[in-house]
Amino acid sequence: MLSVKDLHAEIDGKEILRGVNLEVKPGEVHAIMGPNGSGKSTLSMVLAGNPAYSVTSGEVVFMGKDLLEMSPDVRSHEGLFLGFQYPVEIPGVSMVNFMRAAVNAKRKYFGEPPMGATDFLKLMREKRAVVELDNKLASRSVNEGFSGGEKKRNEIFQMAVLEPKLSILDETDSGLDVDALRIVAEGVNKLRTPENSAIVITHYQRLLDYIKPDVIHVLYKGRIVYTGGPELALEIEEKGYDWIKADVDSQDEIKGEA
Amino acid sequence: MAAVDQYISLWNEHHALVDSNAPEALNSLRGAAAEVLAHNGFPALNEEIYRHSDFEKILSPDYGINIGRVRINVNPAESFRCDVPMLSTSLFLVVNDSFAETSGCRDMLPAGVEIASLAAFARSNPDFVKRYYGSVADISNPIVALNTLFCQDGVVIHVKKGIKVEPTLQIVNIFNNNTPLLAARRVLIVMDEDSEAKVLFCDHTQSPDVDFCSVQVVEIVAAEGSRLDFYDLEESSKRTSRLSSLWLRQLAGSEVLLDSMTLYNGTTRNEFFTRFAGSHARLRMLGMGIEDESRRLDTYSRISHDCPDCSSDELFKYVVDGDAVGSFAGLIYVAEGAVKTEAYQSNRNLVGSDTAKMHSKPQLEIYNDDVKCSHGTAIGQLDENQLFYMMTRGISGEEAKLMLKQAFMSDVIDGVSLPPLRDRLKLMIERRFAGEQTACASCPLPCQN
Repeated sequence: MLSVKDLHAEIDGKEILRGVNLEVKPGEVHAIMGPNGSGKSTLSMVLAGNPAYSVTSGEVVFMGKDLLEMSPDVRSHEGLFLGFQYPVEIPGVSMVNFMRAAVNAKRKYFGEPPMGATDFLKLMREKRAVVELDNKLASRSVNEGFSGGEKKRNEIFQMAVLEPKLSILDETDSGLDVDALRIVAEGVNKLRTPENSAIVITHYQRLLDYIKPDVIHVLYKGRIVYTGGPELALEIEEKGYDWIKADVDSQDEIKGEA
Repeated sequence: MAAVDQYISLWNEHHALVDSNAPEALNSLRGAAAEVLAHNGFPALNEEIYRHSDFEKILSPDYGINIGRVRINVNPAESFRCDVPMLSTSLFLVVNDSFAETSGCRDMLPAGVEIASLAAFARSNPDFVKRYYGSVADISNPIVALNTLFCQDGVVIHVKKGIKVEPTLQIVNIFNNNTPLLAARRVLIVMDEDSEAKVLFCDHTQSPDVDFCSVQVVEIVAAEGSRLDFYDLEESSKRTSRLSSLWLRQLAGSEVLLDSMTLYNGTTRNEFFTRFAGSHARLRMLGMGIEDESRRLDTYSRISHDCPDCSSDELFKYVVDGDAVGSFAGLIYVAEGAVKTEAYQSNRNLVGSDTAKMHSKPQLEIYNDDVKCSHGTAIGQLDENQLFYMMTRGISGEEAKLMLKQAFMSDVIDGVSLPPLRDRLKLMIERRFAGEQTACASCPLPCQN
């Protein structure tokens, strides 16, 4: 589904990703963990196509196509979804109009006519239920005045509507209390199918109690330095990142000497 | 030869003809107007409040003024349909420089409301027009002087004491001619005590390949306890110039909304001079300008708080694109005795291209300590984070920009008190930003803006 090879990317001339390799197969859930500043959010932004970041080398193939060639909207149509760590507020654009534009843009891409009003409202109602999102938010501006929990639920609601093949959830757990975390995680689980995949970026083990990953990666200094099974998360929770950092830093030193 | 000279010589040679085709009330101020123009000329670009309106350039073409009142053979009145009709409007037309009688519209109006040709009304009610005509506008203002010199008709609206007019009074100014034309239209609105009305003016140009110039003055008197919503929507053409000067005097307890919207234009200067002449009066001023290609919009407003306990709230927003130039200068003046004044002013602007320009100058002049005032201005671009967020949801960059520009105008649109007009405006602005040829869809004589 997704194949990332030796991906290098920078922002404002500063290299953040230094050779990321990642393979995600249909149906898999991958967790990416790592200390602050290791490049986790940068990876999600680069995969979603944020123009502020530039890819300097490497390749990304998504569903057999060159992802890096596509604009962010086309990536969305092709089935990529990014759940933002900090969902953006858009004053003056109502949730309803925002979602209608999103749904109809996708339909247009696949040569279908715009969705009728009744079907659209039904779709909204159905998908709101997935994350118990309040109906009253529909008439409000996108994310404006939403609580932290509502913003994150709103991200999963959008994911439910757009039905992506691959969802990247960037610290969807940050800023959530236990109940909100459960609702968001359950929402993600309800949307799981044997075909679609997810990359869950998180600092903490607790989200992974709800969303069971198949593979866990540790990103450090812009590279994936460790890959393991679900038990790796527990080890990190217990011991922190220092042992991984020490390991990687010492290997770097050896390379430097060689 | 300076541009002003052609107007002075036209006046000198033909003042008898001008006077013979207009009522005495309008003629009585022409001498003073001529003196002002002969003495001051048109303002130069180095004059502080005229920096961004080139009067010399706008007024140097020989447009031609229909001082002989030759009947121009157009009758758009029969086929014209405005696209902003609300639940019920009473529609009146001003074609070029003359009020055009339309049938039936007055039937909907309650007794105590007069809406008529200024020229006709000045003949039937000379004392009324003499009392108000030129009583609010300052004749030393160049637009007022030029308008007064040649004005022969326009619109008068008089709402008598305690009368509340339900249907919105809609007046459509239309330019339609084969040859260039300058129209000196005049509007006089008198709201008696405790009266209420909503008025919508729309400017249209139906001959897109002809140069037009509108030199218009609006005088409004809002008496004690009266309420007026005044909307002014310009949808003219690239070859239309508009010099508009609005003068408002508000007496105690009156509430006025002034809403100026420029959707399509050529070169426009809109001036607003408002004065509180009684306490506990309120003014809300809203404005939007959507400028692209090489269109220009210059707004100047001066809000004078001369009496205590009045409040004003001003919000102007522009989106400038292409090679357009926008400018906003707003002064709030608070006099020494005007204690407990509340005055807020905000001008926010989006610049969409490397070549578009926006000038902004908010000003406060306060002569007492017991006030709440603020002013602010911002000039910026579309938010990259918002654009990216929308695109990750599949919305194309182009559509996302369109939605964000529309969203930018939402608080100005939300200030419109009439829901049907508000919805209509939303649609018109959507079409405007989408670059559709005209914002009006149902008119059989669509303008080419």
